[in-house]
Amino acid sequence: MAQATVYAATIAGVEALPVEVQADVSSGLPGFGIVGLGDTAVLEARDRVRSAVRAAGFDFPNARVLVNLAPAPLRKHGTGFDLPIALAILTATRQIPAALTQSATAVGELALDGTVRPVAGTLAYALAAARSGHELIGPTATLGAACAVEGLACRSLDALQDLRRGALGSAPLCSSGTPAPNVPDLCEVSGHAAARRALEIAAAGGHNLLMVGPPGSGKTLLARRLPGILPALDERERLETALVHSVAGLDESAVLAGVRPFRAPHHTCSVAGLAGGGSPPWPGEMSLAHNGVLFLDELPEFSPSALQTLRQPMEDGSLTLVRAEGRVRYPARFTLIAAMNPCPCGYLGDPERPCRCADGAVRRYITRIGGPLMDRMDLVVRVDRIDPDLLIAARPGESSSKVRTRVLTTRDFAAGRGGLAASLGGAELLSACRMRKRTSAEFTRTARSQHFSGRAVTRTLRVARTIADLDGAIAVDSSHLAEAVGYRGLEAQWAG
Amino acid sequence: MDRLETGRRGEDAAAAYLERIGMTVVDRNWRCPSGEVDVVFLDGNTLVLCEVKTRSTDAKGTPEEAVTPQKQRRIARLAKAYLADAGAEPCSVRFDVISIRVLAEDRALLRHHRNAFTVDS
Repeated sequence: MAQATVYAATIAGVEALPVEVQADVSSGLPGFGIVGLGDTAVLEARDRVRSAVRAAGFDFPNARVLVNLAPAPLRKHGTGFDLPIALAILTATRQIPAALTQSATAVGELALDGTVRPVAGTLAYALAAARSGHELIGPTATLGAACAVEGLACRSLDALQDLRRGALGSAPLCSSGTPAPNVPDLCEVSGHAAARRALEIAAAGGHNLLMVGPPGSGKTLLARRLPGILPALDERERLETALVHSVAGLDESAVLAGVRPFRAPHHTCSVAGLAGGGSPPWPGEMSLAHNGVLFLDELPEFSPSALQTLRQPMEDGSLTLVRAEGRVRYPARFTLIAAMNPCPCGYLGDPERPCRCADGAVRRYITRIGGPLMDRMDLVVRVDRIDPDLLIAARPGESSSKVRTRVLTTRDFAAGRGGLAASLGGAELLSACRMRKRTSAEFTRTARSQHFSGRAVTRTLRVARTIADLDGAIAVDSSHLAEAVGYRGLEAQWAG
Repeated sequence: MDRLETGRRGEDAAAAYLERIGMTVVDRNWRCPSGEVDVVFLDGNTLVLCEVKTRSTDAKGTPEEAVTPQKQRRIARLAKAYLADAGAEPCSVRFDVISIRVLAEDRALLRHHRNAFTVDS
């Protein structure tokens, strides 16, 4: 009798895949069916759509209504299909003109009173709409983020009632640069020269950092100040990172304003919480920290299985979840900052307080982290208890803005000579280091005597390259290498 | 008055009510192997299959509550059988429920639920 098609999309990973919502209204036993592999939330749309359509003053057809979500083999998730289903039925029954939705992707959840509610992942939907050359129809609340997608027209629809006027709202104003949230400043940290230096190297080169120290020595304090000395996200990074946050239903405005994410999951975090997972799959903390900082406090307290999931993303910058319903890929390029006590009681190696741990307890504690993960730690630094005199005299440390300027200069310098050290590998890295014969021979001897793995050699060279960048040096010399080797491994921290 | 008698009188009252509001009753107690349709009537061009529920006490809930989802599905199945049997022209179909709560020997409360349910799949 009557058919209509409206375009929608469903989220898979951090991408929205286009879906056609086809409605068929025909005579026969009255009923409402949805086919096309929708999950429970999609099937529940029947009741929401029926009530919302009536509440908006339209007629819900007393006929056989069949909705098909094509392509049928693709699993569809979520409540974002409510609006396109309602629009398809209203178009099929000629209650709204077909032209209204002809070249648009619609997304939104319906309340029973006809209000259109926002759903997670607007940015992904916006990109999908832009790819199909469509405009995006959705509630005003979510369209602010969609402005980040260039060349996309947005039409707002906040209630089905508005359709009775026969026109949609025009594009909302772009959320113009939300003020950056207050990131804590490094000047509030006094002392800790070694740790500050390591933090600066980590920021300049994108290296991973492990801070080891007794309780209350300021590890967390330092880690929280890392985002403040990192450069702002560039255009591409903004979109990439905001996309993950959008899909996870988090507020993406800070990311779109350029602030790097700082994620600090609690140590009870599960594997799925860290890596992503669930049904439908959601991004985990590693992906939410994409292009930003992942801070793991009390590193050995994390479950070993959760920690081991860090390994793949730390090498590849992304992770792939393989599930029965398919595979999804999430980006996960982050700077890992970890903090831990040197032993369960926390005072091993403290000059004044004795360690009270039983024999073997320390080793068990350290081995929870595992060799492979430890091997990926570029910088290991001790953060000792600070002398009360120093704390009370409270000479403010160097401010974040000063350190940040150095970090930016260093990154510019690195870009000029061929890219951030952390992104270089193999032959590229060696040529970027421009070491003298004598220097490289010396390094080879050190690496052999300390039983460095291949990865440890590469990572040490990268750190040395960044230290040289901080100096503005074209060539890596032995002092740069010596400092880099000094940051290598837990053992180095207890030698002195 | 036993339960069957209550039901029969309820259906009579429902049919009388439907005639009074201008509907054309076309069938009463239409039977087939899978069950019975209480009243079938025409509302304009719409063929309506109507379930009549009569109760003399609310002890087991209101009459309309007795039309459970299982019962709705049964009525939908019956509808297909009815349409096939009656060889009806293609037309729109609707399901109504009439609930009758008996208050006294000669008094009852009748509620007519138009389009009471649909057959969602």
